[in-house]
Amino acid sequence: MSGARATGVGAWWEAIRRDRKATIGFALIAGFMLMGVVGSWFVGDPDAMVGVPLQPPSSAHWLGTTGQGQDVVAQTVVGTRVSLLIGFGVGLMVVTIGALMGVAAGYFGGLVDSVLSLIINVFLVLPGLPLAIVIAAYLPAGPMTVAFVLVVTGWAWNARVLRAQTLMLRQRDFIAAALVSGESHLRIITRELLPNMTSLLVAQLIGSAIYAIGAQVGLEFLGLGDVSAVTWGTNLYWATNDSALLTGAWWTFVPTGLGVALVGFGLVMLNSGFDEVTNPRLQQERAWRAFLIGGGHTVTRSTPVVVARD
Amino acid sequence: MTDAAAEPLLSVRELCVDYITATGPVRAVERVSFDLARGEILGIAGESGSGKSTVAQAVLRILPAPAVISGGQALLEGADLFRMTEAELRSVRWRRMSMVFQSAMDALNPVLTIREQLEDTLRAHPSVAIGRRPGRPEELLALVGIGADRLDSYPHQLSGGMRQRVGIAIALALEPALVVLDEPTTALDVIVEGEILRKLLELRRRFGFSVIFITHDLTRMLQLCDRVAIFYAGRLIEQAPAAALRATPRHPYTQGLLRAFPSVHGTEDELVGIPGAPPSLRDPPPGCRFHPRCDQVIDRCRTEAPALVTIGGGRQVACHVAVAAEPATVEPATVEPATAGP
Repeated sequence: MSGARATGVGAWWEAIRRDRKATIGFALIAGFMLMGVVGSWFVGDPDAMVGVPLQPPSSAHWLGTTGQGQDVVAQTVVGTRVSLLIGFGVGLMVVTIGALMGVAAGYFGGLVDSVLSLIINVFLVLPGLPLAIVIAAYLPAGPMTVAFVLVVTGWAWNARVLRAQTLMLRQRDFIAAALVSGESHLRIITRELLPNMTSLLVAQLIGSAIYAIGAQVGLEFLGLGDVSAVTWGTNLYWATNDSALLTGAWWTFVPTGLGVALVGFGLVMLNSGFDEVTNPRLQQERAWRAFLIGGGHTVTRSTPVVVARD
Repeated sequence: MTDAAAEPLLSVRELCVDYITATGPVRAVERVSFDLARGEILGIAGESGSGKSTVAQAVLRILPAPAVISGGQALLEGADLFRMTEAELRSVRWRRMSMVFQSAMDALNPVLTIREQLEDTLRAHPSVAIGRRPGRPEELLALVGIGADRLDSYPHQLSGGMRQRVGIAIALALEPALVVLDEPTTALDVIVEGEILRKLLELRRRFGFSVIFITHDLTRMLQLCDRVAIFYAGRLIEQAPAAALRATPRHPYTQGLLRAFPSVHGTEDELVGIPGAPPSLRDPPPGCRFHPRCDQVIDRCRTEAPALVTIGGGRQVACHVAVAAEPATVEPATVEPATAGP
């Protein structure tokens, strides 16, 4: 790698490869995505009655059967697709809407800011989960409803943070310089403002995806989704419905629960590596830290002294 | 130096500073040695990137990552700053040595009043008696010529010159022995700059602290300082009393610098710049680092790095040509390898 900052796909790949946490996170997310995309070809129909209900794990059914006599492996694998799709889709939507609203409010100020801030604040004070439950109960059940509900109740925090960040960057001289040099507002926002927020946006995207996966599973667990669809949320819904806890049928909910937990864990791990790509100063500090630790020195707040003492 | 009173306040020996990059360390400061007597004003001059600020910040151990101190020692009142723990450094900083930063606007917290910032400094070192004296904040502002009615102002309510004077007041809060001024007047106009520097000289007479004054304004430096050190590409190349340096600069680089500045009182000499640009520290030229730009270059300069040699009159210079022209040379002040490769 050259001393200059690497950009593009290569830089992201490099960051993932170099940071152990990011590597673990990437492997987890990639594994689950692969499972979501191609997994359904390898397992049978998740809805089919394939055996006696509530059988513990066996050689025929590796993770046992559900209360409906369906294969848990098939249910978990097929459920991954919808859950991840909604998770990342909602995450992307939430950050996009948050960025549009927040950056517009912070950049244009005045009346635009007043109106947009009012809307943001109204959505902030609405209690998210109760509202999500109410909306989900009124609309026709289904994954798209769940996604819609999560976007509506989830975007405001991102908008709030990005507005504050925009207000701060707006004061900086490079924005004034861009204005003086005649750049359009759109160009200033996309070329000057947003790249300065990349690490924030990526962190928000990952945070929002975790929120969306969790909330979606939660809503469906409460029966507010389409209970006939196969997702991680409905898996858990049916598990409780069939009194899995009372009968001690752990295999009906542990695989799905583990899936949710591992995806969240993987996303958090991935975030630490991405932070470094979007923040060149962190890359430099990493080289410095590695040099000190490699030389057997301690990393101190005051300028470290690396002289060999007699 | 056997006399204890003649012992320097600060003694820097063979200081090396490296910046750690992805491709390896880059040496930003190479074997720099100098002394600072009590009450003395030492000016450090050089182009951007010559290492002048780096030296001062390394002495205070406040150089941020990716810098490391890779050699030498710095004795402040006999204590080695490079062997101190965090706690020891904290007790020395501000009490014995303080700093005035380049941008007073950035050095002052915009949401705290001047009084709060002065009191914060005093409270950070509760063991210092003078900091506990009632009315100390008022006294400090009075020192720099600001009325006590400004104590409850916020930084943005003060002018640039006033803010920099507040910075000086904060630096003097605990009566340190050494004050580092890192281009303190770069952002100010000449009138305000003159006022502040006069104030500083007056305070120095009163309290007797030493000053390291970093600037690229050589004219201003020659007026203000007792002694001047010239840096080029991370090396100390000439050191002399200010008057002597102005009258007879010995290093070709110093000569070039002085030719490039207009003189207020002197004759209408033509201003001449130094052609070329400073070398990359990643891959410095062999021998004397100035030789590609030097108008007096000899063959020896291309291969052998000149050592800093004491030439009498309290002067030191690192130049083969200048030393050869000197009738009475003393032994080298620093021992350097014949060839200094990267």
